[in-house]
Order: sequence, then C-alpha cells, then structure tokens
Amino acid sequence: MDLQIALLLGQDGITNGAIYALLALALVLVFAVTRVIFIPQGEFVAYGALTLASLQAGKLPGTLWLLLGLGAAVALVEIALALRTRQMRRIPSILLLNCGIPLLLGGILFAIPPATLPLAVQVVLALMLVVPLGPMVYRLAFQPIAEASVLVLLIVSIAVHVTLIGLGLLFFGAEGSRTPAFTDMSFEIGDALLQGQTVLVVVASAVLIVALYFFFERTIYGKALRATAMNRTGARLMGISATMAGKLSFTLATLIGAFSGVLISPITTIYYDSGFLIGLKGFVGAIVGGLASYPVAAAGAVLVGLLEAYSSFWASAYKEVIVFTMIIPVLLWRSLTTRHVEEEE
Amino acid sequence: MIRMKFLLAFIAALAVGPLLLPEFYVTLLNYIGLYAIVALGLVLLTGVGGLTSFGQAAFVGLGAYTTAYLTTVHGVSPWLTLLAGLAITAAVALFLGSITLRMGGHYLPLGTIAWGISLYFLFGNVDFLGGHTGITGVPALSLFGFELKSGREFYYLIWAVLLVIVLATRNLLDSREGRAIRALKGGTLMAEAMGVNTPRSKIVIFTVAALYACLSGWLYAHLQRFVNPTPFAIAQGIEYLFMAVIGGVAHVWGAILGAGLITILKQWLQDWLPRVFGQSGNFEVIVFGLLMIFVLHRAREGLWPIVLRLFPAQNARPRVADAEPLPRRSLPERGSVVLEVRDATKRFGGLVANNAMNLSVRAGEVMALIGPNGAGKSTMFNGISGVDPVTSGAVSFRGERIETLAARDIARRGMSRTFQHVRLLPTMSVLENVAIGAHLRGQRNFVHAALRTERVEEARLLHEAALQIERCGLAEHMYDAAGNLPLGKQRIVEIARALAADPCLLLLDEPAAGLRYLEKQALGDLLRRLRDDGMAILLVEHDMDFVMGLADRVVVMEFGEKLAEGLPEEVQRNPAVLEAYLGGVE
Repeated sequence: MDLQIALLLGQDGITNGAIYALLALALVLVFAVTRVIFIPQGEFVAYGALTLASLQAGKLPGTLWLLLGLGAAVALVEIALALRTRQMRRIPSILLLNCGIPLLLGGILFAIPPATLPLAVQVVLALMLVVPLGPMVYRLAFQPIAEASVLVLLIVSIAVHVTLIGLGLLFFGAEGSRTPAFTDMSFEIGDALLQGQTVLVVVASAVLIVALYFFFERTIYGKALRATAMNRTGARLMGISATMAGKLSFTLATLIGAFSGVLISPITTIYYDSGFLIGLKGFVGAIVGGLASYPVAAAGAVLVGLLEAYSSFWASAYKEVIVFTMIIPVLLWRSLTTRHVEEEE
Repeated sequence: MIRMKFLLAFIAALAVGPLLLPEFYVTLLNYIGLYAIVALGLVLLTGVGGLTSFGQAAFVGLGAYTTAYLTTVHGVSPWLTLLAGLAITAAVALFLGSITLRMGGHYLPLGTIAWGISLYFLFGNVDFLGGHTGITGVPALSLFGFELKSGREFYYLIWAVLLVIVLATRNLLDSREGRAIRALKGGTLMAEAMGVNTPRSKIVIFTVAALYACLSGWLYAHLQRFVNPTPFAIAQGIEYLFMAVIGGVAHVWGAILGAGLITILKQWLQDWLPRVFGQSGNFEVIVFGLLMIFVLHRAREGLWPIVLRLFPAQNARPRVADAEPLPRRSLPERGSVVLEVRDATKRFGGLVANNAMNLSVRAGEVMALIGPNGAGKSTMFNGISGVDPVTSGAVSFRGERIETLAARDIARRGMSRTFQHVRLLPTMSVLENVAIGAHLRGQRNFVHAALRTERVEEARLLHEAALQIERCGLAEHMYDAAGNLPLGKQRIVEIARALAADPCLLLLDEPAAGLRYLEKQALGDLLRRLRDDGMAILLVEHDMDFVMGLADRVVVMEFGEKLAEGLPEEVQRNPAVLEAYLGGVE
C-alpha cells in the first residue's frame, strides 16, 4: 500500500465513519431517553436512500404507501382511545395529522413529477416521507409498553426491524439503487485527491452534529429530552411527558437515519435490507461509548469506518468479520473498566 | 391427571406419527424438533434467566460445521465430532459470556448479534469450509450398527433427544441451582445476598443454551448431509427467539409449541404471501414481526399458558417429605462481639450518606438502629452486607475483615438479611422463595440437578425451608405464590428466607412495617426466641414501641452520623435524640 492508496482508503473510512457517527448518536439518544435499543434505525437509512432514488427515477416511492398505512393504523388506535375516553374533540386533529398530511404529500407527488425538481427539494421530500414513520412506529410498537424491561423493549425492537425489512422488500422490491453523486467536484491537495462527495458528507454530518448540540443545549425540547434521559421519573414530575420525549427522540433518530441514507446512497448501492448492517456498525461505535457518551460514540464510529476501509483493502472478504469482531475487544475493555451497579427496577 | 394423560397421548402420537404420515410431514416434524431444541435453550436463557441471545443460529452453525468438516475431511466418527462441537461451543460461550455478562443485560444480545454476523461471514468466506457453497457428503449417523439414512429413521433420534433435554431442563429448573437461576429475573441484588454467584449462574445458562443449539446443529448436519452458511445467519437467530417468545418463553413446552407454530406458519405463509403480493420474497417476516409485537403487548407469557388453561391442574399439593436436618453452623459464644463497624464512611459522589459510623453487635442481643428518614440506616445495612460496600472504614464479622468482600461471600460467613423493599419472586411459592435462602447449604450443581442425583440434598433443603416457614408462623401459606401474600406477610417470608441460611447475624430492615398488632407481637416473640438461642440481630425500625420493647441496645443515626448509643431508656431520655425526633425547644 502506498501513501496515495492509504489516503484514499482513509477518505473512504472517514466518509463512512461520519455516517456511522450520526447513527451512533441517534442510537445513544434513543437508548438514553426511552431505553429502546433502536435496531430498526438501519431500516430508516435504507428507506431514506431508496425513497430518494425512487424520486430521482421519477417513480412513486413505496414509502408513501407505508406512510399512509401506518398513519391510518395510528389514527385507528388514537380514535379508539379517544372514543373510550370520550374526547371526541381530538378526532379531527388525529385524522389531520396521521392521514391528512400523508395524503397531502401523496397529492404533491402526483401533481409535480419529482424527477424534475432540484436535488435539495428531492432530499426534503424524501425526508418528509420517511421521518414521520419514526414517531408512528413509536406510537404503535413502543408507547403501549414504554415501562417494560430493556429486554422486552429490545425484543420488540427486533420484531419491528424484521417487519420493516419485510415491508421494505414489499414496497421497494429486491433490486438495489444508487443515486448519482451530489457533486463531482474534487480538490487536489499535494498528491492526494480529495473528493467533493467526502467533503460534503463530512460537512453535512458535522453540521447536523452541531445542530443537535444546540438543540440539546439551547432549546426547551432538547433540555426536556436530556432531563428524561437523566431521570425519567424526575422529568415526569416536572411535567415532561414521557410519550412526548419518546416520540421526539424517535423523530430525531429517524431524521438522522433517513438523512444518513441520503448521504450514503451515492457511495454504495442500497438494497431494502442493507440498512441492518449499516445501523449495526453505528452500534459498534455506540457500544464503544458505552451507549452513554456522545463524543466517544462518535469517535468509535469513525474508528469503525476506518477499520472497515482498511480491512476492505487487506482482506476484503473478511471486512464484515473484522468490523464485527472488533466489538469483542471493545466489550472486553468495557467489562474490565466499568463496575456495573444494578439499577432499581 | 388430565395433563399427564395429555402428555402420554402426545408422546404416543409422536411415536406412531412417522408410520402414518407422508414424507413431507415427517420432514416438517424433523425441523420442528431441531428448532425446538434451540428454542428450549432460549426458554432457559430468556424466559427463566431474563437474558437473551440473537446469536443462537451461530451456535447451531458451530455444531453443524464442526461435524461436517471433521467427518468429511478427517473421517472422524460423528460421535466424536459431537464432543468436539460441544467443547468448541462451550469455549466460545464461556468467553462471550464472561466479557458481556458483567455489564448490563443488553450487552449480551448486542454481543451475540455481532458474533452471529461475524461467524456467518466467516463460514461463507473460509475456503476449507467450502465458502458459500458449503460442505457436502456429510456421512449418515449410525446407531448400534444401524444407519439412520432416511428422515423417518432420523425422526426418532431428534425427538428422543428433544424429550430428554426437555426432561433435563425441567429437572434443572426444579432444583437448588434452578431456584438460583430463576432468582436472576428478580434482580441480582437479592440473589447475591443469599449467596448465589449470579455471574456464574448467568454464564451457566448461556452456555447450556449454546450447547443445546450446537446439539441441534450436529443433528441438522447429519440429517441434511450437507451444510452451507444460510441457515446460520442472524435472521434465523432472530426466528429462534420468536419461536421461544410466541410459544411461551417461561415454559419448557412453550419451546416446542413455538417451534411448531412458527415452522408450520412459515411453510404456509411462504406459499401464500408471494401469491397475494404478486412477487417473490420472504414476506412471512412481516407477519412474524407483527405477531411478536402483538404477543409482547397482549400476552407476554406467550401461548403456552393459554393452552395450559384448557387443562386445569389437579389440586393435590406436593408435601414436603421428612428429611434429615441440615447441619447447623456453630454459633459464636453468647456476649462475644459478632459485628464491629469502625469509622465506616459511604460517599455517593459528593453526598456523604454515612460518616465515620461506629457500632458493634454481640451474639445473643438485639441491636436497633433508629433515626429519621434519610439518616443513612439502609445505606449502613448495604455497607455491612456488602450489597453496596462502604467507601472507607472497617467492617469486621466474627473477627474477620469483610468490607471488601462480595455480598455472597459475606453471606457464606453467616450473615443474612432482609430488604426494606421486599425482594421476593412473586410467582414462586413461599416454600421455593425461602429455599433460596438455604442456597449455600447445598453443594450439588446443575449437572446433578439435570440428572436428578441431588434428590436427597434437595429434600433436606426443602425440609429446612418448611421448618423456617413454620417457625415464622406461615405454614398455611407454604404453597401460595409469594406475590399473593399481603405485604406484611411478605416481610415475614423474607425473615424466613434469611433464617434458612442458618445465620449467626441477622440484619432486618424494617421488619415490622405493614404488620398488624398481633402480627407484630408474634414477630417480637420470634425475635426474642432467636436472641435467646444466641443469634445476633441488627434491626432498622421506625415503630418505637416495637423497638423499645425488644432492643437490648440502640444506636441513633442522624445525617449519616451516630447521634447517640445506649440502652433503650437512656436513648429515650437523651436530649439530642429528642431534638432530632421532636424538633428543638427554644
């Protein structure tokens, strides 16, 4: 390996690592706030990428049907609840939020051929189609059992993952998609060629991370999430609804997931089931941070990206083996350095 | 008896099944049997122990690939490769378990996902294992010179193995080790205080579950006669968990029910769904996922309890047989110092919960620790019993320093305790709960339990538990589920459990809270009898009538420090104590 290849691989690693870092942050966030180990994160990555690809190909994205279906399911559950508690006034807003907005989105997609729109608008449309799925999934799968043990939540999380994989196959089909590069710019720095795509992904990830930082530090909702993460009961006593916190953290995680999908779609071909492995690599990063520390999780994720890039050069067949075996020394190190004290459940 | 008849009918049906059924159904039953063996391990791990693994398929693969490789390349006898597979699996499980189980419960499943994925890609890429095409030409098994070549012949081996391990698992759960495993789900704090080595128990069940999976893989390889990586992927690992959860994750028969249900449903859905959707693909996962979510929302115990309701159990209760009493510990001489706490300090970050506390307890006396709420009494208890060790200072028990020992090692030295917030296993009977207290008085391990060679010891342990229950006046509740008792009585069950350990120092954290007047009197009488037998008792209590009528000496705490110490009458007259309790008089 000469320097040029090393730099090229490093670039690849950092590009992927930046995306894994975003996912790792979302996983830490969801776990801290809701105690859910958010395995379905990967599916939202795939949905984001495939939705954007459908829009660019001038096809109606399958996500729309999923959104309409889940929205209708949430509306049914909420209306049943409203009828039981005799809160009829809530029904119009339930219908508008869960059925009206998805229908409106569908109408827009029918009215304007999305392939003709500029890239930024396509990205926004794709996010608008995918992101509401997150809170809807929370409402249907997790909210009714929000107080269950981490183990039960994890098993439900796996069940949601499996369901979304199946639905992904149904709505997007088995073929993979790859979107054209956002930019074909490149910069020459000395001998090395710095690709515009890399710069874009790293900058976009950094901007999102900074935005999240300000969200958590400066906004009341961000502070509410931090409070819930620190002490659920205490936060509830201060009037922070656990349901709100759960939905908000799922919305943010889905946004991060779908956006990561948008960023990764020009780099590799994404299939309906590609998200799982991508999400798990974020997990390896998150575990480095003990599912608690944001900066360590992000650093861990970048390390995963670099490890993956260099192992794809040295032993490409064993790339996944190496990346997922890395979790073992990490777990070993964590188990030797942390003293686990049982929480009162 | 209905259940027994049903079971015999089931076994009879299994025995004649292959003689009557067409080939297709025999194959289906073979797979159900193989899957049920794996799911049974998950019942032990998830339903009983409260842990889980998504990597069971990888252990199945380990068993299958070990035998496939060794039999085809090196011509080793399949019976030897079974041992080799089990040994490799045990080594991997012990390693994975030892690095993940020390941390929170969710690291094991995450670790198993990662390991399952690694192993799958490894199988697919290693040349000597045949890559993605796998290994063909695995020999048939032969049993007493008879080759099991057809599925119909193999059927009997699979189901015999399954029934044997169902029996062994049931035996294991109904034993001393089994109670320790079942105690894991109620949190490790109580189990540790009763002397259970909880990390060991967790590793044992994880390893046993892995060994079951390996056994299933070995059978699979010799049934199929070839192996490739696909059936050992993470998706299959997830499906095994679905089988266990849907069948009934806390019941051994639930594993068979779940394996049967999922396998048949999958067969049917794989036929039907692609036709509905007009495209091919594994759409059954959508149904399985939704089914899982539904089961975990509405019937977390799975389907087996619903089946059981159709066959009500008979009411005849097992009686605790008479058995030779367990040997007693020699008690320290009356009046000698049993517990000595010197300058014990406990800090939680910046909060000093105990500051330079000193106290001692002698054999044959009741020492009461009193003080306002938040004075640090329970923290002191946790420090003494090793549940949450002190930051600095010395704790000596029978002349030995114990402040750095684990709770279970302190328990072994003859200290036993109750908890302020009752920690019983609500679905287990009072008898079984109390028997957990006697954990350290038995030695037989899980192998003895599975083979039922520990029945003499088991009878002695249960007999001891029954004696302590009678001693505490709860004989009429012996077979009731502990969670159905009123709170006051649950506290008494905790005392019986502590007594079953045959302690020489008893730590009681608010034993009289929630008791009625007569019950309090009975408790007082019990504690006086124990004291007269030479037991040292340290108790935290708020009921002053109860304390002052019972205690020989009293230590008063406030703000984590000792405020006063002395005879009950002295303490009651102490102006500092009066001020702490009643407020100062200016």
